[in-house]
Amino acid sequence: MTEQLKVDMIACDGHGVCAELVPELIGLDEWGYPVLANAPVPRELRKHARKAVTLCPKLALSLSNR
Amino acid sequence: MSAPQQRYDGRPRLLSRQAASIAEHMRAVGPLPKSVVPQLIDLVTASGLRGRGGGWFPSGRKMASVFGRDNRYVVVNGMEGEPASGKDKLLLRLAPHLVLDGAELAALAVGADRITVAVHRGTGLAGHVLSAIADRVAAGWGEVEIDVSEPPSRYVSSESTAVAGFVGGGEARPKADSARVSGVDGRPTLVSNVETFAHIALIARYGPNWFRQAGTADAPGTALFTVSGAVRNPGVYELPVGVSGETILRVANGCREPISALLVGGYGGAWIPPTQLHRPFSPEGLAPLGASLGAGIVVALPARTCGLFETVRVASWMAAQTANQCGPCFKGLPAIADDFAMIARDCSRAAYERLRFRLGVVNGRGACAHPDGVVKFVDSALKTFALDIRRHLSGQPCPGGPRVLPIPELPAESEDWR
Repeated sequence: MTEQLKVDMIACDGHGVCAELVPELIGLDEWGYPVLANAPVPRELRKHARKAVTLCPKLALSLSNR
Repeated sequence: MSAPQQRYDGRPRLLSRQAASIAEHMRAVGPLPKSVVPQLIDLVTASGLRGRGGGWFPSGRKMASVFGRDNRYVVVNGMEGEPASGKDKLLLRLAPHLVLDGAELAALAVGADRITVAVHRGTGLAGHVLSAIADRVAAGWGEVEIDVSEPPSRYVSSESTAVAGFVGGGEARPKADSARVSGVDGRPTLVSNVETFAHIALIARYGPNWFRQAGTADAPGTALFTVSGAVRNPGVYELPVGVSGETILRVANGCREPISALLVGGYGGAWIPPTQLHRPFSPEGLAPLGASLGAGIVVALPARTCGLFETVRVASWMAAQTANQCGPCFKGLPAIADDFAMIARDCSRAAYERLRFRLGVVNGRGACAHPDGVVKFVDSALKTFALDIRRHLSGQPCPGGPRVLPIPELPAESEDWR
């Protein structure tokens, strides 16, 4: 099973917590909104990705199965 | 499946079946063909009909995705938020019963017990549709309850999720979930364009083979084109999908002056150069240009008007039409519009480089397609007006010329999303 990070851009406020926790998969644009890698989360980053999902202040980040 | 185009008689299908009253409508197309309801989704799928609101999504597939789930709802999207489009308003005025027939048949086919027709505020259309509905009730025509709703006149309020949200008593802002999954009051909702329903009304009566006699194999049928700009006779014309740009301009009695580009699809559409007018105007025919047919809008740009300034006017208006929900949209679109203005007005090379980068950053990152439409529109301007860009960047901006594209007044701050 592969998982991919998804952001609900309507809920997202651009706190940027996610990009700090998983910089390997999430960057920020010039306005502070996340730009997500269009690729499945590699096994070694799963723990970090889950943590980012839990810690998003707006609960805008999620992991979806593909 | 092949499209036997040679059998199409060239007559308009929707516009030749105008009827103000239900009696005239009965004479034009006969009774509501309720017996086909159980097969309607299959007939629409076989017809190859694709949504005429701009997305060109296969209508049969959309209906099937709503069918079989609980508590379904149908919304007729007559919002027509594209400023250069007039076809849906025209169709609702000239053939309201054709549209309502399509909506009733679709509602019966997917198992919906309610229909709402959404039209722009302040156009008088709501009253017109309401009297058509009253006419049907009095004549005992149809059986599904139909009402009318008037969402705010904002560009993104035409988006299907926004319309469904408003009909359900919420704000007319786009949402992340598709209306098919969670539409009016969270109900699975079939939201389709006015013209799409009118085609469904005819497919139910004359069948998918008849429908496929016009148009292309991938996009069968006729479509309504709203043609404006430097043509002699601006207006709404019904033509088979896949006619060339040359034919569209000829039908509008040709151009009254030299043109430098064509805007195709709308403000979320694309500029194409006059050298591409031989192409079939269909989703597939325009795709190689990065353009799409959208809502059937064609605007001929006079050569004496500066395409860059027209792009700035539209991009700024579109930026102001954001629903203020997604950062990349409400931050990114004004930045993109400003960059383009700095290219056109101030000959700024830095703005040009920044713009090209920002187009890539903003694309695909909103909950709805609004930012993507602006990116496509601006990107097409960079390509189609490449020579003008070079001239402006080398310090020779042009005087601008007469304005062509309509820019509606922005809604007042006080007018909210309800």
